[in-house]
Amino acid sequence: MTEPITQDAPDRRAAAARRPASAHVLELPPSTEARRRGGRLLGRHAAPWAFLAPAIVLFALFLAAPIGYSVYLSFRTEKVSGLGLGPGSRQEVWNGVANYVSAVADAEFLASVGRVALYGLLVVPVMLGSALLFALLLDARRTRARRFGRIAIFLPYAVPAVISSLLWGFLYLPGVSPFYWVFERLGWSVPSLFSSHLVMFAVANIAIWGGIGFNMVVIYTSLRSIPSELYEAAELDGASQVGIAWRIKIPIVLPSIIMTFVFSMIATLQVFAEPTTLRPLSNSISTTWTPLMKVYRDAFTRGDLYSAAATSVIIAVATFVLSFGFLRLVQSRAFGQEER
Amino acid sequence: MTTVTAARDAVVPRAADRPARERPSVAATAILLVGAAYCLLPVVWVVLAASKSSAELFSTLTFVPSLHLFDNIAELSTYRQGLFWRWMLNTGLYAGVGAALSAVVSAMAGYALAKYSFRGKASVFNVLLAGVLVPGVILAIPQYLLLAQVGLTNTYWSVLLPSVISPYGIYLARIYAAAAIPDEIVEAARTDGAGELRTFVQVAMPMMTPGLVTIFLFQFVAIWNNFMLPYIMLGDDRLFPLTVGLSGLLNQGASQPAMYTLVVTGALLSIVPLVALFLLLQRFWQVDLAAGAVKA
Repeated sequence: MTEPITQDAPDRRAAAARRPASAHVLELPPSTEARRRGGRLLGRHAAPWAFLAPAIVLFALFLAAPIGYSVYLSFRTEKVSGLGLGPGSRQEVWNGVANYVSAVADAEFLASVGRVALYGLLVVPVMLGSALLFALLLDARRTRARRFGRIAIFLPYAVPAVISSLLWGFLYLPGVSPFYWVFERLGWSVPSLFSSHLVMFAVANIAIWGGIGFNMVVIYTSLRSIPSELYEAAELDGASQVGIAWRIKIPIVLPSIIMTFVFSMIATLQVFAEPTTLRPLSNSISTTWTPLMKVYRDAFTRGDLYSAAATSVIIAVATFVLSFGFLRLVQSRAFGQEER
Repeated sequence: MTTVTAARDAVVPRAADRPARERPSVAATAILLVGAAYCLLPVVWVVLAASKSSAELFSTLTFVPSLHLFDNIAELSTYRQGLFWRWMLNTGLYAGVGAALSAVVSAMAGYALAKYSFRGKASVFNVLLAGVLVPGVILAIPQYLLLAQVGLTNTYWSVLLPSVISPYGIYLARIYAAAAIPDEIVEAARTDGAGELRTFVQVAMPMMTPGLVTIFLFQFVAIWNNFMLPYIMLGDDRLFPLTVGLSGLLNQGASQPAMYTLVVTGALLSIVPLVALFLLLQRFWQVDLAAGAVKA
């Protein structure tokens, strides 16, 4: 503790507590004694580092160290001598880039990358397009039921991906689904969404459903901060609401859209929970359906940590290159302006 | 930027908030309602499906409600001596404690980055910011291996500790601190002799509170929804959060369809707390990812 709290007389503290926080500060007693002491435990130069310390320590332990460890493991392998039974018969040795070479040549990995790319092309535009559309509708004066719409569309954000996969999974399952019940009564034969051609759309729909609300709120928040004078003039000139949205609102909220794009892209590359949850309901989802599922399988089912590490490093680097590359491309609009 | 938006809304009524004189737009309203219906559909379905006995679940149109909700809840509660409720408590513990610690850690770091100038500040911020872009899920496996070496896997700590650090929370906290705490007030507190720690706790923290609530909520939801980390870390099903527990139940359901009723009921019960949290704390659910870029 840097400051003996007792120097604040009890009655002053009680009075301060009754006042709003912003007024409070002006009432602090000038503590000449403290100033005379000069050196404090938490000086002005040490203070920022002390405040940052917990974050830095946790960052080092749970972000930096795991990344470093992954990179280390990705260059190692296990050498088995003899039958691999006795002590010392399994040894960890350097393996150079061999894990990487076999990872990128792995047909299952390449197939999973292809699926994720297609999945991303489906999910990101549809999700962000809908989020933007709904945000603009919420911001438009002539839309009714805005409050209801905002709450309803944001609601899926409260549903964990595992639970939403489970709910949609049942809605897709011909035996339980109300849609298939109706299709059956109508005599239509609709292919199961779990068939190998359609399962991609089944998974994409879950991600879109879960993601629209959050992104809508992000874009809506930034639409709300546009001063209305900016488009009232355009309105007086007879511009249509659609025109105003295109020419005024969307350009202003572009930085938010860019950030939602980057975060959606990162989330897409990491897709894991949805297909893993759907697996018991569908034969079309393999254990290596997405890159991360393959990492999981290699590490925990096969016990091959080294190639799992190499694969995850590849995914991490790809994510980094994609997101930083994209941000670089549009940098002046998204980051950096805060500094002015 | 929660605080800024909220404050401005209070003073300047925006055009969109004024009682509209124009006629309502049918097309715009219809599109919004279609979106709302799409988003509500699975939620409505689970409410109705959870009211059915397992025979009805497979034989009747699931949009027709039935009367077995409380039987199903009772049956779920007896499943392995109330294991489901233990998952619920575990989830509350992981999310509540994890998010609270995360908000405090983020607030301290965000305040330091926004209100001090010191050597290495830019590098620290950039490194932390890069953390936002690190695919978090990829960390789960090396985190498992490292925690295994200190014997912490398959404990509450293994899920709690990695959830506390949130680069995104720090990023938001920095924005909130920069926007909500005027430099003059920090200076005034210092001139008045308040120490750095006291300035932070008694002056900065109260001003950042709305932002910190938002950080808490987002981290709470992130931990509540997390699947891969607990899936990897935990082996003992008494430590499971809801997501991992229900996913396991669904796996069993594949071989014994009677389990599906339990899964559906469990799914319904597991979304109730978060939905309630949402409706109660609506005004905190706004976030400006690119805050700072649009202001000025």
